[in-house]
Amino acid sequence: MATNILMPKLSDTMSEGLILKWLKNEGDKVKQGETLVEIESDKADMELEAYDSGILRKILVPAGGKAGIGAPIGIIAGANEDISNMLEAAPSTPLRSVTLERSPDDSKTPAAVSPAGLQRTSADSNELLKASPLAKRLAGENKIELRSITGSGPQGRIIKRDIEPLLGRKKSGPAAILTNITPGGSRTVELSLIRKTIAKRMQESKQTVPHFYVTVEIDMEPAMAFREQLNTVAESKISFSDLLVKAAAGTLMHHPNVNASYLGNTVRQFGEAHIAVAVALDEGLVTPVIRNCEQKTILQINAELLDLAERARNRKLKPEEYQGATFTISNLGMFGVDDFVAIVNPPEGAILAVGSIVEKPVVKQGQIVIGHTMKVTLSSDHRIIDGAVAARFLKDLKSLLEKPAALMLV
Amino acid sequence: MPVVSFREALNQAMDEEMARDERVFLMGEEVAQYNGAYKVSQGLLAKYGPKRIIDTPIAEAGFTGIGIGSAMVGLRPIVEFMSWNFSLIAFDQIVNNAAKMLSMSGGNFNVPIVFRGPGGAAHNLAATHSQSLESLYAHFPGLKVVMPSNPRDAKGLLKTAIRDNNPVIFIESEVMYGEKGEIPEGEYTIPLGAGERMKEGNDVTIVSWSKILQHITLKAVGRLEEEGISVELIDPRTIRPMDWELVFNSVKKTNRLVIVEEGWPFAGVGAQISHEVSNHCFDYLDAPVERVTQEDVPLPYAHNLEVASLPNIQKVIRAVRKVMYRD
Repeated sequence: MATNILMPKLSDTMSEGLILKWLKNEGDKVKQGETLVEIESDKADMELEAYDSGILRKILVPAGGKAGIGAPIGIIAGANEDISNMLEAAPSTPLRSVTLERSPDDSKTPAAVSPAGLQRTSADSNELLKASPLAKRLAGENKIELRSITGSGPQGRIIKRDIEPLLGRKKSGPAAILTNITPGGSRTVELSLIRKTIAKRMQESKQTVPHFYVTVEIDMEPAMAFREQLNTVAESKISFSDLLVKAAAGTLMHHPNVNASYLGNTVRQFGEAHIAVAVALDEGLVTPVIRNCEQKTILQINAELLDLAERARNRKLKPEEYQGATFTISNLGMFGVDDFVAIVNPPEGAILAVGSIVEKPVVKQGQIVIGHTMKVTLSSDHRIIDGAVAARFLKDLKSLLEKPAALMLV
Repeated sequence: MPVVSFREALNQAMDEEMARDERVFLMGEEVAQYNGAYKVSQGLLAKYGPKRIIDTPIAEAGFTGIGIGSAMVGLRPIVEFMSWNFSLIAFDQIVNNAAKMLSMSGGNFNVPIVFRGPGGAAHNLAATHSQSLESLYAHFPGLKVVMPSNPRDAKGLLKTAIRDNNPVIFIESEVMYGEKGEIPEGEYTIPLGAGERMKEGNDVTIVSWSKILQHITLKAVGRLEEEGISVELIDPRTIRPMDWELVFNSVKKTNRLVIVEEGWPFAGVGAQISHEVSNHCFDYLDAPVERVTQEDVPLPYAHNLEVASLPNIQKVIRAVRKVMYRD
């Protein structure tokens, strides 16, 4: 039986997906469970498997094209099965898809069936598409929708350098996007899905969540000694981030009003510490989540964080691995940052921003000595967290890190 | 390898071909007793005598016609023009007799003749004595046009031109005669229609030839490389027949083409190259083909205006930046 391949919902915040690559061509046999297509959501690159066996009769959205969740992106059917009804139905699906970008009366042909990449899909389809002959050829060969690209040439002409990042990306990952910037040249770049998500969520947070910030300075010498001691015996290198995650988890267990979400008329206080750690990517950041940190040892946290960060950089995280955190830690210490304030990542109630460990004169027992300190700043949602609550949380976090052996007990 | 000047290389080519084939002879103004207006025929009168090294009166139409007639009946003349500007007096002989005889005689009369001499601007020779006429002659079916940029090519190509059974227009440059370069030991020839890739590059192809290649384009390429632009430089060496495959393959690689030539823009050689490339490399072009030419005016006498009219390094750099979308 003929079935549509539908754009899957790969994350809670995903509204549309970008087709990175079809692993099957039109006319290829497809078995149930075989990988069909690579899709970029706002969070990660995912592979979609076939739910049905048959022939991939039609690719409705070629590589480089976008479709809304639930929109058909291809058709699997028997070799001789009539799919003309499905081809006609494809653009009028009630779900969002690239077809929404078309003028309403233009309902006959599917939006992106042209392998030449030249099919006009936008409402202003009468406007001449300006692209160099080379750009047109490259788009056609690589099934890239030219209309989805902003040209950087004269009068918006799409030229080689506008297409190359999309080609390079298929070969060498997101970094290729940054390698092609002309010295001294300005250009307009379409936001990646991950960037769009960050933009939307951060704007939402800063506009709707009443933020306030509390900073403390922590004496890190005990934690440094503790870490050194651990690293003489641990097989993997324990990082300050590992200690921070463990310390935050231990502290959160005693501060359920910080480990919480604002839900309108109620507040949800969590009994477990699912801690997200921000990982910088070339084109944005992701926040993989270490679950139940309150139950995990420093070594377990270390192993999990290394693995998650590595896969985050390769954009191989599964949706459940970057969703459902109750608290976030953002550490810019490795960049030599003294301190900074972070934006709360809703629906979480607070986020901890961590600066670098600084060598500086401190007063100990009435004497000025050289010490090592670190500043952390808690950004909180004032709808559920008050200043005193935040201050008490930081006081406990500070005392835990200054007596790090206690990390073994929490 | 021996290092010789451009004029010595040409001299060796004629000398070797005259020694090799007694049908070869040289005629032109001042070629014999004065040893050539630019000393290209130095010593040839002494070696081959007045029967084969012939001083002519100042009568281009006449001696060009005599040359063509002698070629029709079996000799292999080299006709020297003191300047290609003077060939315009013999234009009818060249384009109506030399170029068309084989075709109009039903294949009965070959015209194995070489017309050679300096072309293009030198310094302050004014409008009538500074012309680049390659596009004019390349226009006519039946004529081959050769424009070497260095002594090695000059010698190898002139020997091939002398051995060719059809008329060849061989354009040198007054200001290059003294310039030196390495040439291979012993005898060698270079086929007509085979260009040379002088430098490999990835970002843009430049096609340029003769003096402009040496004096302008090469220097511009050096500056562009400092800017991080990788230029592939092609010297076609023969304007007609052009080594199209060399040009097309390069443009298919770099996706961009700039042609740098001394002639005027309208119906110039670059216009033809541009057309062929847009036709054969259409789907490979990332930018419209750019040309650097002499400005579209008779060349002024005043030095500052002469410099402003001719191609220069800045004009080449601008054109390359334009096809790279860096302007």
